[in-house]
Amino acid sequence: MNNKQRKMLIRIISAAVLIIILHFLPTEGWLRFCLYMVPYLIVGYDILRKAVKGILNGQIFDENFLMAVATVGAIALALISRSGDYTEACAVMLFYQIGEFFQGYAVGKSRRNISALMDIRPDYANLVEDDDVQKVDPDEVEVGSIIQVSPGEKIPIDGIVTEGSSSLNTSALTGESVPRTARVGDEVISGCINLSGVLRIRTTKEFEESTASKILDLVENSSMRKSRSENFITKFAKYYTPIVCLSALVLAVLPPLISGLILKTGFTWGTWVYRALTFLVISCPCALVVSIPLSFFAGIGGASHEGILVKGSNYLETLSKVRTVAFDKTGTMTKGVFKVSGVHHSSLPDHELLRLAALTETYSNHPISKSIKEAYCELSGEDPSDISGSHDVTDVEEISGQGVMATVEGKRLAVGNARLMTAVGAQPIECSEAGTLVHVAMDGKYQGHILISDQLKPTAGEAIETLRRRGVDRTVMLTGDSSKVGQKVALDLGIDQVKCELLPEDKVNEVEKLLSEEAARSGGKSKVAFVGDGINDAPVLSMADVGIAMGALGSDAAIEAADVVLMDDDPLKISKAIGIARKCMRIVYENIVFAIGVKLICLLLGALGIANMWLAIFADVGVMVIAVLNAIRALFVKNL
Amino acid sequence: MKKTYKIDVDCANCANKMEEATKNTEGVKDAVVNFMTLKMKVEFEDDADPDQVMQDVIKNCKKAESDCEIYL
Repeated sequence: MNNKQRKMLIRIISAAVLIIILHFLPTEGWLRFCLYMVPYLIVGYDILRKAVKGILNGQIFDENFLMAVATVGAIALALISRSGDYTEACAVMLFYQIGEFFQGYAVGKSRRNISALMDIRPDYANLVEDDDVQKVDPDEVEVGSIIQVSPGEKIPIDGIVTEGSSSLNTSALTGESVPRTARVGDEVISGCINLSGVLRIRTTKEFEESTASKILDLVENSSMRKSRSENFITKFAKYYTPIVCLSALVLAVLPPLISGLILKTGFTWGTWVYRALTFLVISCPCALVVSIPLSFFAGIGGASHEGILVKGSNYLETLSKVRTVAFDKTGTMTKGVFKVSGVHHSSLPDHELLRLAALTETYSNHPISKSIKEAYCELSGEDPSDISGSHDVTDVEEISGQGVMATVEGKRLAVGNARLMTAVGAQPIECSEAGTLVHVAMDGKYQGHILISDQLKPTAGEAIETLRRRGVDRTVMLTGDSSKVGQKVALDLGIDQVKCELLPEDKVNEVEKLLSEEAARSGGKSKVAFVGDGINDAPVLSMADVGIAMGALGSDAAIEAADVVLMDDDPLKISKAIGIARKCMRIVYENIVFAIGVKLICLLLGALGIANMWLAIFADVGVMVIAVLNAIRALFVKNL
Repeated sequence: MKKTYKIDVDCANCANKMEEATKNTEGVKDAVVNFMTLKMKVEFEDDADPDQVMQDVIKNCKKAESDCEIYL
């Protein structure tokens, strides 16, 4: 609670106490009027002032005006009819202020909650200079400086560990609670919390360019992109208030005139003016105007806490309508790391073939060579960096696009693709399984092949299934890989369609096709999402209705291109993101229907004379409180 | 050129009014007011001087909603 709010609370309480006391005081006439004006002015003077100012500035139809007219009107009616019932006017003003107070408090509270969720902004950096550690503003740290991070502190700037080892809590960034280890040579990103050991880090970026700053910037700017629902409400409020004011005027004037002049049943000004004033109280659009943006804000805040960054409320809205999801394969559904998954048709023992291949590839840095060496070292327990020194490998010849030849322990080995085999006069055997094949020939004789394949992410299958449960009835995989590999992955995961051997520009065409098919299928109501890892699929990410980038920790390209960024690379987060979007949109629609619905009903009842001021107060303040509480629900997304 | 300013305003509708008032200020190409983060993003016309324009923006906002604040 800030000062302004505290002052308001005191005004509300003192006015309420005064009204209750006055209720039990038997007063009459002008004394009664003057006494009731005390709480009325205590609680409502600023509304009256703002209403007058608004009129002077040409801003007539706002809620201050509505409240001022309604309450002043009610007081005037009480004076004229000599009923002495000033309680209603005071109560309207009082409850209106209570509503405003509550709204301010709730919004302030969720504002703080959400910033606390995203509390990754580092306040300082410990700069190391000549063995002297100094606390400085992270903005002042230059690229290449050494900073020190003690346990419990946040890493302020992206960099590489130069000293020490520790485990890092990345949950503020990724929503993932398992700590990550950091050793010398590892890249670390800002926003992580150092848990156990002291780290010294050489910075590789400036503070402004570091992950934490970028993410904060993104989240803070996200609600700047307004959704269609928000724009609708803004427009609605713009026309709604004047329309209600005019109808109130008509209601106050027309029926008495009709009954007085045409039906000759007498002018019943009092009744109709009262009904018109009720109208004005009901009509205040506050419930809508505050609860819709609040719902989106809470939804985006809740999502960022789960490691899902949504760049704008408009994307949250689109995401909730997704019924077709297209995926990239490598890095999205699969880990994007190659691993030896089998040795086939080998005339030698499997481990021997692997050993020879690994030795031949000793000096190669190709990802496939690395995977063979890793597989061999895992089997033999050798240190990967020792292979080259401890064995007899000579005459290494790397043939680009084919493979490697080398003399290992006196034998001439060729390790590579089918073309290399033909070149050395060996007869390669094709494999029935999907993957990349590495053939091995010794002294021109075929010895078998090693199957290397990318591995599925452990949650990939479950991710597709939950997507389907969420009503995504079309999943498509777009991959540049061979059709054998693509088909196998699609089959394993239960993906509906698969398009293989696509060049990057083919992917763009495929997504274009999906977009037009989806539009035709649902008449533009459902949307297409594309999920990629941000590596060479940036054009596709920006083209789909919603581009979702995965595993974005440290990848600037993905953060730039996508509309939704998943901080870690768990495919389950895709359906979670859709779930959060759906929940948020449901709350938004609930609020729109509930608030407009209740108001329309009350307006009708008010026009018919069934609703009095007290019901009007509920229609205004009660609806707003309920809508705000409902909006805050969007923040809770843990179990989606 | 785009600039972001911190603002202070009490209600969502008032924020919308500020946005409208800012958009209608000369020298402003586009403006977004975010009630939730209490921030205002103003895009200026190419030949406009932001400091000068912001003085007008403040004047217009005060007119539209007396109870608002823009921190330059």
